[in-house]
Amino acid sequence: MALETNQDTPQLRVMQSPLGRARGLGSGQSGASTWKFERITSVALVPLSLWFVYVVLHLSRADYATTRAFIGEKVHAVLFLALIVSLFPHLALGLRSVIEDYVRNDLKKFIYLFLVNAGCVLLALAAAISVIKLAI
Amino acid sequence: MEDMRDAMLVGRNSEGKRVLRPTSPHLQVYRWKITMLQSILHRATGIALAVGAIVLVAWLFAAASAEPTFTFVQSLLGSWIGLAALFGFTVALFYHLAAGVRHLVWDTGWGFEKPEFNATSIWIFAFAGIASAFVWVIGFFLV
Repeated sequence: MALETNQDTPQLRVMQSPLGRARGLGSGQSGASTWKFERITSVALVPLSLWFVYVVLHLSRADYATTRAFIGEKVHAVLFLALIVSLFPHLALGLRSVIEDYVRNDLKKFIYLFLVNAGCVLLALAAAISVIKLAI
Repeated sequence: MEDMRDAMLVGRNSEGKRVLRPTSPHLQVYRWKITMLQSILHRATGIALAVGAIVLVAWLFAAASAEPTFTFVQSLLGSWIGLAALFGFTVALFYHLAAGVRHLVWDTGWGFEKPEFNATSIWIFAFAGIASAFVWVIGFFLV
C-alpha cells in the first residue's frame, strides 16, 4: 500500500462521506443469489461434464459426418445446450471472483469484467448456434 | 491514499497519532497446508478450464462449419501439443469436479475437521489421477 512520503502519518484524501463509504463497502445486495446461482450451475455441471467426457471419448476418432450426426441427435443437442448454459455463467462467475480478488484499479476491473462477460456471452452463443445448426 | 479500502485501514494509536492499522500476515508466514494448495489448484484448474471452454467452442463451431475447417481443428487437437493440452484439460476437469463436489459438501457444513479434510484432499487427488488415467487408457486403446 502506498503511503504519502512527505509525512509519517497516513493521509486520507477520500472525497466521500462516511455514510457513502459504508454504503460503497457494504453488501452488493445480490450476493446471496449469485452464491446460489454458482451452486446451481456447479451441481448441473457434475453430470454434464461426465457426459461430456463420454462424448469426447466417443467422438475422439470420429470423422466429420459421424461427429455432426452425433451432436445433432436430439438428446445430445439438448445436453450440449444444457452444458453451454451452465458452463458459461459458471465460468463467468469464477473468473469474476478471480478478477475481483486481484485487480485493484476500478477502471481496469470494470474493463476486465466487461471483457470476460462479453466473451462468455459471445462464446456461449457461438457454441449454441453451432449445436442448433447441427440439430435442425 | 485515495482507495476506499485503504481508507478503512487508517486508525489512531493510543497516543492519538494517525497510523495504519495492522493487517493480518499474508501467505508466506503460514505453514503450507494441503487445503491451501487445493484452494489455489481449484482456481488454477478453473482458469485452465476456461481456456478449455474456448477449445470446446472452437470444436463445436468447426463441426458446424465446412469439412476442411473441422479437419483442421481435429488435426490441431490430434497433434502432440493438442493431445498434451487435452490431457491437461482432462486432469483439470476431474480435479475441479472433485474439489467442486467437496465445496458443495462443505456448503452442507460437513468436512471441516482435520481428519475429514485431510481424507477428502487425498480422495480428490486420487480421483483426479485415476479418472484421468482411466479416460486416456480407454481413449488410446479401446475407442
